[in-house]
Amino acid sequence: MSSPRFAIGIDLGTTHCALSYVESAKCEGEEVEQQIMPVPQLTAPGSVEERTLLPSFLYLPHPDEFRAGDLSLPWGGDPGRVSGELARRQGSTTPIRLVASAKSWLCHPDVDRKAAILPPDVPAEIDQVSPFDATVHYLTHLREAWNGQHPYAPLHQQEVTVTVPASFDPAARELTAEAARAVGIEHLVLLEEPQAALYSWVNDSQGRWRHEVKVGDIILVVDVGGGTSDFSLIAVTEEDGALELNRVAVGEHILLGGDNMDLTLAHVVRQKLKALGVDLDRWQLQALTHGCRQAKEALLADAELESVPVVVPSRGAKLIGGSIRTELTRAEVTRTLIDGFFPECAAADRPAQRARGALTKVGLPFAQDPAVTRHLAAFLAKQAGATGDLEGFVEHAHWASFLHPTAVLFNGGVFNATVLRERVLSVINQWLGAEDAPPARLLAARDLDLAVARGAAFYAHVRRHGGVRIRGGTSHSYYVGVERSMPAIPGMEPELHALCLVPFGLEEGSEPLTAPQEFGLVVGEPVRFRFFGSSVRREDRAGEMLEEWSADELEEMEEIQTSLPAEHWKQGEVVPVHLQAVVSEVGTLELTAIPTVGNDRTPWKVSFNTRGASGRSE
Amino acid sequence: MTDAKPSLSDRLKPVLAVVIPLLSKAWMWLRKATVVVARWSVVLARKTWVVLRRLPISLYSLYRGLADADYARTLTDLYVAGSSSLPLTVGPGRSKPEPAPAAPAAVLQTSGPDSALLLLSLLQKEGRFIDFLEEEVTGYTDQEVGAAARVVHAGCRRVLRQHLSIAPVREEAEGSPITLMKGFDPASVRPTGNVVGEPPFTGSLVHRGWRAVEVRLPQVASSHDVHILAAAEVEL
Repeated sequence: MSSPRFAIGIDLGTTHCALSYVESAKCEGEEVEQQIMPVPQLTAPGSVEERTLLPSFLYLPHPDEFRAGDLSLPWGGDPGRVSGELARRQGSTTPIRLVASAKSWLCHPDVDRKAAILPPDVPAEIDQVSPFDATVHYLTHLREAWNGQHPYAPLHQQEVTVTVPASFDPAARELTAEAARAVGIEHLVLLEEPQAALYSWVNDSQGRWRHEVKVGDIILVVDVGGGTSDFSLIAVTEEDGALELNRVAVGEHILLGGDNMDLTLAHVVRQKLKALGVDLDRWQLQALTHGCRQAKEALLADAELESVPVVVPSRGAKLIGGSIRTELTRAEVTRTLIDGFFPECAAADRPAQRARGALTKVGLPFAQDPAVTRHLAAFLAKQAGATGDLEGFVEHAHWASFLHPTAVLFNGGVFNATVLRERVLSVINQWLGAEDAPPARLLAARDLDLAVARGAAFYAHVRRHGGVRIRGGTSHSYYVGVERSMPAIPGMEPELHALCLVPFGLEEGSEPLTAPQEFGLVVGEPVRFRFFGSSVRREDRAGEMLEEWSADELEEMEEIQTSLPAEHWKQGEVVPVHLQAVVSEVGTLELTAIPTVGNDRTPWKVSFNTRGASGRSE
Repeated sequence: MTDAKPSLSDRLKPVLAVVIPLLSKAWMWLRKATVVVARWSVVLARKTWVVLRRLPISLYSLYRGLADADYARTLTDLYVAGSSSLPLTVGPGRSKPEPAPAAPAAVLQTSGPDSALLLLSLLQKEGRFIDFLEEEVTGYTDQEVGAAARVVHAGCRRVLRQHLSIAPVREEAEGSPITLMKGFDPASVRPTGNVVGEPPFTGSLVHRGWRAVEVRLPQVASSHDVHILAAAEVEL
């Protein structure tokens, strides 16, 4: 088989998708030349344009809403589903038909990710889609765009890397991989987005990165995209005289991003207008958000400006007579954006948690505290011991109240504003200063919107052709809950122990690990296990049984389940099995149950429950 | 003593000795000349034949060119377009003398309205361009017009940036001295004012000019009606 001609990176973002590629034959050592594929998409009914980004929105049009030919793409396309720019634009006036943030729903633990639930809470007539289907749709759009431009090198034959947030749990990763396989991608690898951003930085430096970091550095990647914030810590170590990068910790999934910021500014201005007796409808609020985004960019880029006018155009044809003029001042931007989302805070501060109302509708679990810096403080404090078992990092470990990063790499469109980069860096340096640690350096990156796609293509290339790699493995250790058998005591739940199945940092392609404990599975009946993950317990080995742990160490995830088919076993028979874990080449976690008796010892797949809370009550 | 008269043959001998080689040389020349003449007559005859063979078609063209107006136009087009390098042999009886082909007639083409309408609809969509131009401005204050102009300016500018790459024709600052060399392109640089004499011309740059370096208009589905610049909106 000839090797794939292109290495492709796909950034499957919450608000935007992008595809970058490397033609492997044209690369020489660390000179890797990258391209971004322009994605043809509908920008208005009947008009197709190429844009570097594909907005991750899916619009489900009414059959009479568009003329039949007005929704066709160069490759035909599905007239019942529109994605890209037109979807976003149309959705701003008809939100009940717009699927947005499908990626955030894909990792929502309380819903069935393959059930048609999006857009949520809409009239029954609208044909909903599942978060999984939406993801498949975006990937299909990118595939068709690629195949149209490279008819002799179709996407499914190329080396493809798809990025996922570092905070995605095994089930969400599995779903992403499944979506990629559903569009026919054969050579697939998943990569965490902050790692992709770092790869992009490494690639841009063309080998000079070795002079910019040294052994003992801890690089903090702060990635604030359109819809999510993602943190990772990457330590620089040395092996056989060469620098190595180790991803030592990832943050939690925080639904907080640039879109929240623009919306907040729009609400500030809306209140100001309300005080003057001007009420805005939904369409005008949308236009105001758009205007505020531009005004914000102007204010953040130019420190001299005190205020920027914002005009909300009238919806009707009377533009001059019906427009509303207002302005966004520097004070408002500073108060809402810089002090609201990036406040100065102490290293000991934590994000505020409100108790959620008991009767909340199922919606996205948006972050309750908008302060990115407080989320960052919590992350660094939780990971204070992340480098404890790395050679040369011991001195960091024991006395610091949080992990001291020595370099910071920013990613995501929000950080195109220098002011915000400087603010986050200065806050981190205040924390470091308070513990007498040297200030962290800024690693200069370019193209913050496209870095993830670029890094992913670079990774797809170096995987095959060699080059610097970030070692990572699983970002958590994983456990199954085992109930201890004890006499029932009324009013007390049986004591729960946690058996470690997957140690922290289990790398892809390494030997499968088997816990020595045996479990009895009832043939023909689905068996569920409670499943836990920990981002801080790094020492636990497979097979270790935890009897107690502190509340913030282990976090309960969705259940895992398996079922032994009754082909070779008698229905209802109890078969002893071992649980085995392996990280596939793709980068997904695979759990299997292996019978320990009998002739047929074929392993059975243990699957992640992606059917949400409703699945548990089946 | 008898004077023996030399015989005739003896007297002729020296004459013959001179004449015979001359004659033989002349014969030889004659033969050579005959060969050359014969060869050339063959060539000439061939050439003549080539030309003569065209006689029927040229006569036919002459006749039909005079009789048939369409045919004459076709021939004229052929001549103006320069497809044929042979000058048309037109007899003295031609009715319309052809002008010299020094300034070829401009081939005027009407550009389809599609791309113009497409650009207009983009300007309307992003910058409310048509709304702005179609509205009567006299009743509004400068401040109101100015507020709306911001919407138009920001939106139309976005369209320009996104769909066209526009660069100045001359990179020099306006007001700086410029020299136009002989053979400059009058389409991209227009000399004005005291235009006399021969290039190089010197003057100062009044306007830098604009050049569309690249046009990236969206592709439009063949069934799409580009005459709808902005659809009417009905909120349900």
